[in-house]
Amino acid sequence: MAEYSAFSLLKNALTGNKDWKPAWRKPDPKASYDVIVIGGGGHGLSTAYYLAKEHGITNVAVLEKGWLGSGNVGRNTTAVRSNYLLPANTCFYEHSMKLWENLSHDLNYNVMFSQRGCLNLAHTPAQLDDLARRGNAMRHLGVDAELMTTSEIARLVPALDVSGTARFPIVGGLMQPRAGTARHDAVAWGYARGADRRGVDIIENCEVTGFLRDGDRVTGVSTSRGEIRAKKVAVAVAGSTGRVMQLAGIETMPIESHVLQAFVTESLKPFVDTILTFGMGHFYISQSDKGGLVYGGDLDGYNSYAQRGSLPIVDEVMSEMLALFPGLARVRMLRSWGGVCDMSMDGSPIITTGPLPGMYLNCGWCYGGFKATPASGWCFAWTIAKDEPHDFNAPFTLDRFHRGLVIDDKGQGATPRLH
Amino acid sequence: MLITCPYCGPRDVIEFTYQGDGNRQRPQPASQDLDAWNAYVYDRLNPAGDHNEIWQHSGGCRAHLKVVRNTLTHEISSVAFARGDHKAAMRHKAEGKS
Repeated sequence: MAEYSAFSLLKNALTGNKDWKPAWRKPDPKASYDVIVIGGGGHGLSTAYYLAKEHGITNVAVLEKGWLGSGNVGRNTTAVRSNYLLPANTCFYEHSMKLWENLSHDLNYNVMFSQRGCLNLAHTPAQLDDLARRGNAMRHLGVDAELMTTSEIARLVPALDVSGTARFPIVGGLMQPRAGTARHDAVAWGYARGADRRGVDIIENCEVTGFLRDGDRVTGVSTSRGEIRAKKVAVAVAGSTGRVMQLAGIETMPIESHVLQAFVTESLKPFVDTILTFGMGHFYISQSDKGGLVYGGDLDGYNSYAQRGSLPIVDEVMSEMLALFPGLARVRMLRSWGGVCDMSMDGSPIITTGPLPGMYLNCGWCYGGFKATPASGWCFAWTIAKDEPHDFNAPFTLDRFHRGLVIDDKGQGATPRLH
Repeated sequence: MLITCPYCGPRDVIEFTYQGDGNRQRPQPASQDLDAWNAYVYDRLNPAGDHNEIWQHSGGCRAHLKVVRNTLTHEISSVAFARGDHKAAMRHKAEGKS
């Protein structure tokens, strides 16, 4: 398959764009592979890509129940950031950020990564102190962070209500300048194309219905397209983690599935050129290149596998948006949708060997999985190839809950709906 | 989504607070069985389908309710008091006994 370049664009433009080839093949499953990755979302595809690229393991199949990228990789609000407090999270997400910064070149696919910054707003002096502490923790680990005053914020985002009479006055904020957004579909397609070019089979419309076992050991999967054997079976299925693990006989997990909604408005002229988060609720907003405001808020708040949300949260998210931007009161919402998030008990992910021999597990992304896509695949590929975690994902074990080693950035305890 | 509170009748979900998984078994307070405590705090069945869960009618009568709700369709098939005692007390009251 040809490299994408300015030259190939020009050549195909002159010949009527009739010679473009599909970006990945549609192979039938083989009888066996070295590695099967269950889940053709961002994390599964990036895992396959880095298995091939970093570890030379190309006899790999990615099994996707629906079509490629139909889950959370195409449903998120595209924010990429590494502004965490705890070192395990900061180092992992900063590794991801570094992969993002070179991703379009690495994949030869434009993922439209735009480092427009992410600004967390503070509405009380105590909250600003807390942001300063987080900013210092980030800078201590070499991550960029800048505390901003209200007047700096007013210059950066003129539409924001920074008056002292706002319902929640803005007293400052923490900016990560290197944070940004990316085109989420392009991330899925770019990784799929990159993996496919290295020999990985991406098999869509192939639902895993059970695990093949030899005693405890997992030796493959049964699927809607027949049995497929593999030396190693990796699970990266986000919101469906509980369901897939139950197929392997593992009844309980430190995970609850919850629905998160996202929204987009009609296209506006340039309005906000950074990612902005509200500090007195749960609300985040950015503007897409097409002009639509892309935003979201909290989970619906109760276990759900339905990929759609309820109206009370729509109401709450809109009211939060208006608390920040009174001028948006008459803007029209174009679309809303929901995705099923794998909420872990401490808000941090799980990337590990096991829990059964021959099995590898990647889950617990809560609603921050998109920014993790490159590092998640990179670390998961390392773990699968070497049968041990990389330093970056060594803290993200499955047994950390029972061992008292939780990584709880938000300090919410074992209440998944609050992370 | 409407939840039919046994005291108050059908009410909008915004009146209720979700208390989470109702399948969990809390060990006796004096228990030193770490596995049982860990399972209670961290492990979830997380089914796609009927789910036993606890809700509190925090914007109404404040009763704790045991609800069976389908996590795929949000259909509620049963609502009962989380403590059977409440039910017995209500029956007692309804029968006009003091």
